[in-house]
Amino acid sequence: MAEKITDKTMDEIEILAKLVLTKAEKEKAKAEMQQMLDYVDMLDRLDTENTEPLTHIFPISNVFREDVEMDSTSADELLENAPQKKDGMFLVPKSIG
Amino acid sequence: MDILDLTATELAEKIKRKECSAVEAAAACIEQIGREDKKLHAFLNVDADAVLRRAKEVDRGIETGIYTGPLAGVPIAVKDNICTKGMATTCASKILENFVPFYNAEAVDRIEAAGMVLLGKTNMDEFAMGSTTETSAFGDTKNPWDPAHVPGGSSGGSCAAVASGEAFLALGSDTGGSIRQPSSYCGVTGIKPTYGTVSRYGLIAYASSLDQIGPIAKNTKDCAALLSVLAGQDSKDSTSVKRTDTDFLSAAGDDMSEMKIGIPVEYLSDGIDDDVKESVLKAAEWFKILGASVEYFDLGLTEYTIPAYYVIASAEASSNLERFDGVKYGYRSSSCEGLHDMYKKSRSEGFGPEVKRRIMLGSFVLSSGYYDAYYLKALRVRAKLKEAFDRAFSRFDIILGPAAPTAAPRLGTSLNDPLKMYLSDIYTVSANLAGLPGLTVPCKINKDGLPIGVQLTGNCFAESKLFQAAYGLEKLRGPWQLPFMRKECME
Amino acid sequence: MKQYETVIGLEVHIELATKTKIFCGCRASFGAKPNTCVCPVCSGMPGALPVLNKKVVDFALLAGLALNCQVNTFCKFDRKNYFYPDNPQNYQISQLYLPICHDGYVDIMTPSGTKKIGIHEIHMEEDAGKLIHDDWTDSTLVDYNRSGVPLIEIVSEPDMRSEDEVIAYLEKLQSTMQYLGVSDCRLQEGSMRADVNLSVRAIGDTALGTRTEMKNLNSFKAISHAIAGERERQIELLTEGKSVIQETRRWDDNKEASFAMRSKEDAKDYRYFPDPDLPPIFISDSWISEAKEKLPEMREQKLLRYQKEYGLSRYDAELLTMDRAMAEKFETTIRYGAPPKKAANWLTGETMRLMKEKERTASELIFSAQHLAELINLIEKEVIQNQTAREVFSEMFESDITPEVYIDEHGLRMEKNSDLLFEAAKKIVEANPKAVTEYKEGKDKVIGFLMGQLMREMKGKAAPSQAQEAIRKILSAY
Repeated sequence: MAEKITDKTMDEIEILAKLVLTKAEKEKAKAEMQQMLDYVDMLDRLDTENTEPLTHIFPISNVFREDVEMDSTSADELLENAPQKKDGMFLVPKSIG
Repeated sequence: MDILDLTATELAEKIKRKECSAVEAAAACIEQIGREDKKLHAFLNVDADAVLRRAKEVDRGIETGIYTGPLAGVPIAVKDNICTKGMATTCASKILENFVPFYNAEAVDRIEAAGMVLLGKTNMDEFAMGSTTETSAFGDTKNPWDPAHVPGGSSGGSCAAVASGEAFLALGSDTGGSIRQPSSYCGVTGIKPTYGTVSRYGLIAYASSLDQIGPIAKNTKDCAALLSVLAGQDSKDSTSVKRTDTDFLSAAGDDMSEMKIGIPVEYLSDGIDDDVKESVLKAAEWFKILGASVEYFDLGLTEYTIPAYYVIASAEASSNLERFDGVKYGYRSSSCEGLHDMYKKSRSEGFGPEVKRRIMLGSFVLSSGYYDAYYLKALRVRAKLKEAFDRAFSRFDIILGPAAPTAAPRLGTSLNDPLKMYLSDIYTVSANLAGLPGLTVPCKINKDGLPIGVQLTGNCFAESKLFQAAYGLEKLRGPWQLPFMRKECME
Repeated sequence: MKQYETVIGLEVHIELATKTKIFCGCRASFGAKPNTCVCPVCSGMPGALPVLNKKVVDFALLAGLALNCQVNTFCKFDRKNYFYPDNPQNYQISQLYLPICHDGYVDIMTPSGTKKIGIHEIHMEEDAGKLIHDDWTDSTLVDYNRSGVPLIEIVSEPDMRSEDEVIAYLEKLQSTMQYLGVSDCRLQEGSMRADVNLSVRAIGDTALGTRTEMKNLNSFKAISHAIAGERERQIELLTEGKSVIQETRRWDDNKEASFAMRSKEDAKDYRYFPDPDLPPIFISDSWISEAKEKLPEMREQKLLRYQKEYGLSRYDAELLTMDRAMAEKFETTIRYGAPPKKAANWLTGETMRLMKEKERTASELIFSAQHLAELINLIEKEVIQNQTAREVFSEMFESDITPEVYIDEHGLRMEKNSDLLFEAAKKIVEANPKAVTEYKEGKDKVIGFLMGQLMREMKGKAAPSQAQEAIRKILSAY
């Protein structure tokens, strides 16, 4: 029994994912998300009570690098793709509200 | 035209023997692209001058002994989610339309160090999310066997490029089947290696714990040769593993009489085309002839693979794609009031619907209150799946099955039912979930003239076994004519 | 009137003094030109991947052990997802589910004795870039130099009850980190940042009240003011029957008030999940014991030892141990043969005076301990006298001259030639017949006057004891 995806859920998802949907898109997304979650519900049929979540395929640990300096990118290269820049920095609109 | 009929290793040998040059090969590919790609649209970006310059440089390098490997001089296409320095890398998305990386992916460094000639960047599903290359923001790619059909996805462009003779080799990426399925649809040989075998540095991430770059080729030998070039630990990728067994070329021709091949019963039940079922059974017959034992078995848990995959992949993708925000690179919406408006508008205008769908699902399953029930649950199911495969591989060397339930569908028929489209990944996602290697070999042509491949899945690090079996299958199947070759062999 | 007590917990972020950043090989430098210490990894470029700097783990482990924490044998990194331009990936790699250390404590001194402040956990994470407001375009400029600099976050238990306890706790953390050499830990420079979590409750209550979090506290003064201000604000609300809203507030030290940082755009749900790009960390027992061996003598131990072994006063011991660099200068000076009390005097006296005047810290001292020891020795042997020594020292402070060389170059040695001294003494005495008369009358203090004259005549090259001896000799002949 999946969660009922409400308008409120969609509003929250929009904030989390930084997306803005039109009314029509929101309705469609709501329905698709509900369908998907109802389908995903079947995972509950599998008993995983004593199973640890598998986050990494191999039991690798301790992958390190030494504290040694490597070459850095030049500011020009870094900013080459910037939509807007000024004084060697990325320029973005102010945060309002 | 005949230079294009050569395989990659054959071409490299000819170049070594000075019977032809890297420039000739590159020029032949450029010509073929000129002839075919207006129709096929496998490529998003080709800089012919740069290609020929590089080919010239490679010829010099071969002469002076810099490039001595088995693929030196071979032209190769690269999927557009793999970063190429100085060349646009777009993931077939509007949000990265003009992004030019100032760094190479490690895989690109390795193919260049091996003396290969980068032809251009190939079309794909946007951010690798899709199964038909139709979610690309820059147009569909057509299947070279029948342009009314899709090439598959998400590495559709790469597979179409090889199948059409536009490229000798290609790099693809596979998160849920994106090399193996289009390889089947396009009649080429592609492998997703064991997780961690090929560095992910410079592969624009979709789902970090599932993604792998892999080779796409005309035959097994080429595929193995390219994988040998790509494989091996990279200190820039913390998830890449150390492997000493990366000489995959030597797996050819070994006796298969010790091999045990298993076919999961559930793989051949309903939902698959007869042609596909026949291909698998045919392959099984061939393996038996070669001395292997073939058995049906219960793999179990197959129905859980798709929901587990989509939860995990969407979750990781929702986080990996957060960096596309209009701040540092890529598309920024022109009309924004303030920072958060810029984020929202840039992302909403820059991402396509399938990408947005998965980002939203992923954000939801990670959100507080749902994390345990969805994300952690999917990870537990994943653990159980791995256990099921461990059990299977204690009995079998290779699991044989389809790469997809059907041959390539027609264009324009897949996107209207996302869930149905997701379900078609049923044979491929488990290899990603369990980190296993999976290889598609072309098997037969169906009644509509479309190719069908079979998939060989192995235990972790068992690529050599897969190549060994694939060589065997090729021997019994006989020569495989790609569509552009057919025009020549019309007797 | 209901009596309230204040309950305070701190989240302290400390920048680790590694050479390079936590997940890439860029220099972890400060003050560089914008976006010049960056690479694809720390600037969130597509396809970039993090690789963990081992030194960060070493430093975090040292910090945890010095703060009496339990070490998690396994720890891992998680992604904290939120959109903000100083965060190039729009997620911060941090540790939530399995941090490196937990359940530690520090002891602080309060008027009523030692108090234990609990440490809930310590975790590693990456720093964000810097945002600069641009008035010209009314926009924000982003510099990623600081993005990826390694941090440890030390989360305390809500055990503090006053501004003084908070300051004592922070000073304890500072001195510990400095002593370990893992961070220079300076609030003003941003290598230490403190967020204050504060709630109030009626005295006697055991349940915790609703707490607020305060950020942007850039000095101890600001922290004290913020605590006082927030306590007042919360008590006022509760007294009026209103409730305290759980929120983050930004302290403005100029206005001496805090402002809610509420924003409807804040998701407040970080969707933490294990970072799939980073394998977990396994800290073996041998790694821990190696780290324990590396733990230097900490301030508390030095304090006790200086008082016990060297007989220093607690006050002097505190001055000398406040900064590890100073303590080491002191110990090295002793190793070169200086008597401890004299070494202490020179360091707490002249040295600290000059440090204040020239705004230098102990780690910036130019003179070597060896030279200081030599100088002290020269005074002991009466080669030079104190006034001269001060002169020599101020040269040493600027350019670490070798004292003996300098003294010879400038002819500052005290006159050992007793004949010369004798002659000069004779001259002085003869020039002061009145003094002679007074001496004969038994006024002994006239000796001091004559000594002074003689020393002036000798231009500081006479030791007081020699001068006195000479004068007495001459006078006795009268």
